[in-house]
Amino acid sequence: MEEILCRSALEQGEALRRGEITAPELLRAHLKRIREADPEIHAFTLVDEAGALAQAEAAQRAIERGEASSPLCGVPVAIKDNICVRGMETACGSRMLEGYRPPYDAAAVERLRAAGLVLLGHTNMDEFAMGSTTETAAGGPTRNPWDAARAPGGSSGGSAAAVSARMAPLALGSDTGGSIRQPAAFCGVTGLKPTYGAVSRWGLVAYASSLDQIGPIARTAADCAAAFDLLCARDARDATSRGGTGGTLAGLTGSAAGLRIGIPDESFAEGLDEGVRARVLGAAEIFQGLGAQVERFSLPVAPYAVPAYYILACAEASSNLSRYDGVKYGHRAEGPEDIVALMRQSRMEGFGPEARRRILLGTFVLSQGYYEAYYLKALRVRSRIRQELERALTRFDLILLPAAPSVAPRLGESLSDPLQMYLSDVYTVTANLAGLPCASFPCGEEEQTGLPVGAQLLARRDEEGLLLRAVDAFQRHTDYHLHRGGMAR
Amino acid sequence: MNYEIVCGLEVHVEMNTKSKIFCACSTAFGGEPNTHVCPVCSGQPGALPTLNRAAVEKAARTGLALGCDIAPVTRFDRKNYFYPDLPKAYQISQLYAPICRGGGLALESGRFIRLHEIHMEEDAGKLVHDPFTETTLCDYNRCGVPLMEIVTEPDFRSGEEAADFLERLRTLLDFLGVSDCKMQEGSIRADVNVSVRPVGSEALGVRTEMKNLNSIKAVARAVRAEAERQIELLREGRAVRQETRRWDDNKGASFAMRSKENAQDYRYFPEPDLPPVVLDEAFLSQVRRSMPELPEQKRARYLAEYGLTERDAAILLRSARLCRLLEGLIGRGIPAREAANWTLGEVLRLLGEDGLEPADLEIDEEKLARALRLLAAGRIGRPAARRAVEAVYREGADPELFCREHGLFLEKVGEGDLSAAVAKVLAENADAVEKYRAGSDKVFGFLVGRCMAALRGKADPASVNRALREALKR
Repeated sequence: MEEILCRSALEQGEALRRGEITAPELLRAHLKRIREADPEIHAFTLVDEAGALAQAEAAQRAIERGEASSPLCGVPVAIKDNICVRGMETACGSRMLEGYRPPYDAAAVERLRAAGLVLLGHTNMDEFAMGSTTETAAGGPTRNPWDAARAPGGSSGGSAAAVSARMAPLALGSDTGGSIRQPAAFCGVTGLKPTYGAVSRWGLVAYASSLDQIGPIARTAADCAAAFDLLCARDARDATSRGGTGGTLAGLTGSAAGLRIGIPDESFAEGLDEGVRARVLGAAEIFQGLGAQVERFSLPVAPYAVPAYYILACAEASSNLSRYDGVKYGHRAEGPEDIVALMRQSRMEGFGPEARRRILLGTFVLSQGYYEAYYLKALRVRSRIRQELERALTRFDLILLPAAPSVAPRLGESLSDPLQMYLSDVYTVTANLAGLPCASFPCGEEEQTGLPVGAQLLARRDEEGLLLRAVDAFQRHTDYHLHRGGMAR
Repeated sequence: MNYEIVCGLEVHVEMNTKSKIFCACSTAFGGEPNTHVCPVCSGQPGALPTLNRAAVEKAARTGLALGCDIAPVTRFDRKNYFYPDLPKAYQISQLYAPICRGGGLALESGRFIRLHEIHMEEDAGKLVHDPFTETTLCDYNRCGVPLMEIVTEPDFRSGEEAADFLERLRTLLDFLGVSDCKMQEGSIRADVNVSVRPVGSEALGVRTEMKNLNSIKAVARAVRAEAERQIELLREGRAVRQETRRWDDNKGASFAMRSKENAQDYRYFPEPDLPPVVLDEAFLSQVRRSMPELPEQKRARYLAEYGLTERDAAILLRSARLCRLLEGLIGRGIPAREAANWTLGEVLRLLGEDGLEPADLEIDEEKLARALRLLAAGRIGRPAARRAVEAVYREGADPELFCREHGLFLEKVGEGDLSAAVAKVLAENADAVEKYRAGSDKVFGFLVGRCMAALRGKADPASVNRALREALKR
């Protein structure tokens, strides 16, 4: 493997500006790596070599003219398959949208293009982002670059695996209940779910609108900061977008001294694997060594997060996925006898079992007679969670959590027990329910399996700067984020 | 036993904003299929709605004019159902926090009809079924056109009351400038709820909902027919089923569409893509400032200031467009009575000839005023003025040029020619002269007409009158 592939996105950008390598050369190195590694890993659903080459050449001209405005100009980036790229198949890992080419770019894609990044293609994902292993993808699962028998996590498993396997220095994911942070943890890379509203959702194919957020997956917190600074902006096309403060990259001082970090008792109780607990608590000690104050506290509402999350997410999903009816685009059933049959058959054939299950769950909780008992109650739990977290975040600057109860599961292990799969989201969904920014980052490997463990830090609204400063300080004093899986050595 | 009708209306009004309620596409009627569409209104994956403030303003303006309470915070909800004319398979509507509640409108009789609420929503597309190829085509041009649904309490006691309400509501909306109010283009559509109960009873009977009412007259007919159907059922000892029925105005009868058991569960829930809309005092005072003059205020002014008759005012006040024309002409110096006469006479006649509604009127007001000024200045006669007005209406002709080209200007006729013509007419019409002298003034007009004809219409009528009177005195 070429050495340049192992550098971070910012380092690759700097190499381009210093003239060590040209953008088309950097792209070709990545394309070569994809050709070698991806047949086994299957992180990508589509690689747009011709389009990427044209973008790399344009970026090279900008760099040579000194017009590269972004530190990531000319750097390749992979895009999750649920983020629209004009004219490029955007199938959301579903048979339903096979062959669907959006007539427009997502806002996040526009911003990457404007900064001169080079779009490699689309990455694999759980169908419509519904899953925690990338196994519900219509085109088959992605393999974890640390162990080909393991899942990369999900739903942004393709993006995390691509970054982990050095096929891309940077990728976009989307996070509704942990879909950026959990695969980042399983693949030993760093992921950021920004504050709800910081990054425009325009062009992100909706799973659960009130929870969805686009964010970066990279190998370092600094790369996530650089990407976040590009992505975060108010967008008139998304009424829930508020933008953010930006300037995150410039604020990485390398210091975590004086930060108050809280550890919720409930997140280290029953259900957490011992090997994971040891690593995450080890991270707490490292923060203490960096001058942070670490303290335990109680977050009693935590156990209610998963049920509230699945009710709200499925309710919104049942409505968001209704537009896939075989009438306008995407999969259409052959030979239906009437229009109702056309819609019913197309949906039966187009959606996989997990999408169908969540549509049914969501339809049920919104039905007459159940709306108050489920949907409204879940909304009340959500505001309780938000209040409790906000109260905790007056005492603490950050909250430290595991990213998942275990390391990456074996392929095939999770699908047989969906309830267990849902429960494994216990540490990630709170950030989405509360709309708060949260990052996951590698904190070492589990002893038994040698697989990476991820820790999460959760921060106050719009405090991505503080959050990434802490993770960056951690990464300046440790090298866990530089560890590589077996398929990336 | 005698029964009384209990009836309520749900009126869907297309608002006349330039762009759709949740995207920037045009709301223009017609247009090639699927030319006024974008990722948002065609339900593309990843597209998001953004609220058009103009629609909120128009709904609030309507609410203020109808005396409603305007919600300090209004929210949108999703109404979920599958149909190919609804690209997202949900309609963004308002259930839990509509923009207006309360208010109402008085009928001709003075009875006050209370409103339940006004809420905003998006229109659906149009399906075109082709029976020959057995295919259905979707046109999404209308998808996302802003609607307000005005829902009354069940306060009507007859179909005529419901029709009167609709007529008054239509006029009000027209003057508010919030809708084109064209029923034939579907910009106002009404559903009606009907039940009956024994006279004197306060309880409500089982109601049915009637759809497909294409005109105000159809509403009156449908209510009457549905009440009769229900009364007959009850008299036979049978029950009225709660159901949705479809009115067929040609057959004068309604047909069951779906019963309550088959009613859809729309699974309403708050629209997560649109934050709540705050309507604060600043917004309301801006809406109040932009409130146009309403029909009642206009009526008072037309009588007092313009000196119009009650009858003329009443006809003008049926159409905001006609009032605008009238006020435009008066503003250009045409005397009020004259402006009213031409608006209600020639302009309405021309519209009728073309089968158009006053709302469709397109005319260059300045040119029309110039034609009327030529008449007032005595430079053309009334018949010529009518021709000039028609030319302005039909082809936007320049009145001076038109009159010159067609030789319509009156000429100064020399005294000699005038008296020669008068003498000739009097000689040829001895009978008429006799009758005039016997006291019949009616024949005078006839003699004027003969004189004008003799002068080939070019003389100014006042001079002809004077010369003829003088000659007859002799």
